[in-house]
Amino acid sequence: MLKELPTEEIKEMENVSKKLRREVLQMIYNAKSGHPGGSLSSIDILNVLFTKCMKHFPDCEKNKEYNTRDRFILSKGHASAALYAVMAHCGYFKEEELMTFRKLGSRLQGHPCSNKLNGIEVSTGSLGQGLSIACGIALGLRLDNINSKVYVYLGDGELEEGSVWEAAMNAAHKKLNNIIAIVDNNKLQIDGKTKDVKDIGDIKAKFEAFGWNAIETNGHDINSIYKSIQVVQNSQKPAVIIAHTIKGKGVSFMENNPNWHGKAPNEDDLRKALEELK
Amino acid sequence: MIRECKSVRNAYGKTISELGNENKNIVVLDADLSCSTQTQIFAKAHPDRFFNVGIAEQDLMTTAAGLACTGKTVFVSTFAIFATGRAWEQIRNTICYSNLNVKIAATHGGITVGEDGASHQALEDISLMRSIPNMTVIVPADETETAQAVKYAADTFGPCYIRIARTNLPDVYDKNYKFNIKKAIILKEGSDISILTNGETLVECLDCAKILEEKGINAEVISIPVVKPIDKETIIQSAKKTGKVVTVENHSIIGGLGSAVCEVLSESYPVKVTRIGINDEFGQSGSAKELLAYYGLTSDKIAQKIIGIIK
Repeated sequence: MLKELPTEEIKEMENVSKKLRREVLQMIYNAKSGHPGGSLSSIDILNVLFTKCMKHFPDCEKNKEYNTRDRFILSKGHASAALYAVMAHCGYFKEEELMTFRKLGSRLQGHPCSNKLNGIEVSTGSLGQGLSIACGIALGLRLDNINSKVYVYLGDGELEEGSVWEAAMNAAHKKLNNIIAIVDNNKLQIDGKTKDVKDIGDIKAKFEAFGWNAIETNGHDINSIYKSIQVVQNSQKPAVIIAHTIKGKGVSFMENNPNWHGKAPNEDDLRKALEELK
Repeated sequence: MIRECKSVRNAYGKTISELGNENKNIVVLDADLSCSTQTQIFAKAHPDRFFNVGIAEQDLMTTAAGLACTGKTVFVSTFAIFATGRAWEQIRNTICYSNLNVKIAATHGGITVGEDGASHQALEDISLMRSIPNMTVIVPADETETAQAVKYAADTFGPCYIRIARTNLPDVYDKNYKFNIKKAIILKEGSDISILTNGETLVECLDCAKILEEKGINAEVISIPVVKPIDKETIIQSAKKTGKVVTVENHSIIGGLGSAVCEVLSESYPVKVTRIGINDEFGQSGSAKELLAYYGLTSDKIAQKIIGIIK
């Protein structure tokens, strides 16, 4: 039986998502650069993962059980604003540090840097590398008999990178059922619709053909995300959740608009957006 | 002169396998070339800690990175051209940027790959590797130095590139040799010209010094196995002594040892430096010996060039 979240809790989490979205936009506005579209599409998934599903320790190495944590890799490193907002919410660092995002000397680099910020497993930003990293971590955990999951978060445009499929083939061959990949399927990339730029086709069928267990979910429905993660927890194969999302989710003028992939809002945009996210 | 030559690839495979007996933290990855790179020796001894990712070098490097994230000491092998060329950005952005404990022991560096031709001859690998922050770059010259460099890499945290020759090489060093990451090795002292080299061309340079001796030229021969971080002091001291420097390498003259030496000397003690290597061109098929001679990397060809410089 899959566990459901109580309605009250879902409400609360939706409010957290709104807060995180506001923070993402303030960070990007403050930095005068960043990636609002793919950050906003990721918020609900990261919210559920970090607050309900993953075993993780915001005090990092100070925690004796740190080695048993579930691992998270933001393969689409450009959604860093979303990750930082969620990490601050969980207590990895103070929320006021979010406003140093992308500034000189900040631990919150444009794309995540593991040598600067505790809690980042590995530096990412160049697309197509996260799934292989996840395979390596999964192999290492298996050797050490550590029963943790490796969550890896990919963009749908990122699936155009061939190296993703090298890793997908290897994960199935090595039977790495401790990997849970999540695809942020917002259907847009910088130059437009993925189906126009280079059609990825049927993502579920592609992963299945590579020997994966693949399911789909609504990436903005808290309870659906929560349940889909439970579904793949005991998968015998590596598993992927294809999360249908909306790029720019939560801000009417950013939704489904590729122009907001990598553009900061101006003061007026920010004011309007924050109004919608009240 | 005919010398007994030993497989440095075999020395690599044996060394990691032996290190793996003691150190259970060592894991090894390969991309379908374990028979050539000799990681198969480790694979047979420690099958649970050997991972073949198939013909997928990008996956190879980032999977190695992932294993290093779990605290493993990771050795990863394939041919130098694929390791440093195909997967350069994985090495740069994941292994080195995250400063992970991954040792890239790449075989088949240089023109001496031989008959396979230009597509398989890595002439740019040292250049590509030494320009990445956090990376150490080592080019060993014989069996002893290969084994010790590999042991050094296993015992020292951080990314490291070790270029291992395809060809079998004669012994240059005896059992008393101690690899030192900070030190270049003066193998023959001299006063007329400094010959700086490493790897496969070291033995050619030592022979070259003998040829020069007969012509009344007293050459100093220095091996620089560690191209990064480079031993500036030994290079500068030698340049001060002889006033003339020649670099010899089984690599493009762009970006490798010759360039590294020029960087040191042009800033600290400018003297004329002549770089001997592959002159900004692709290689071709042929035996290793024929190719070394064709591209001017045999003792007699190096000597000819040096005599020209001295005159």
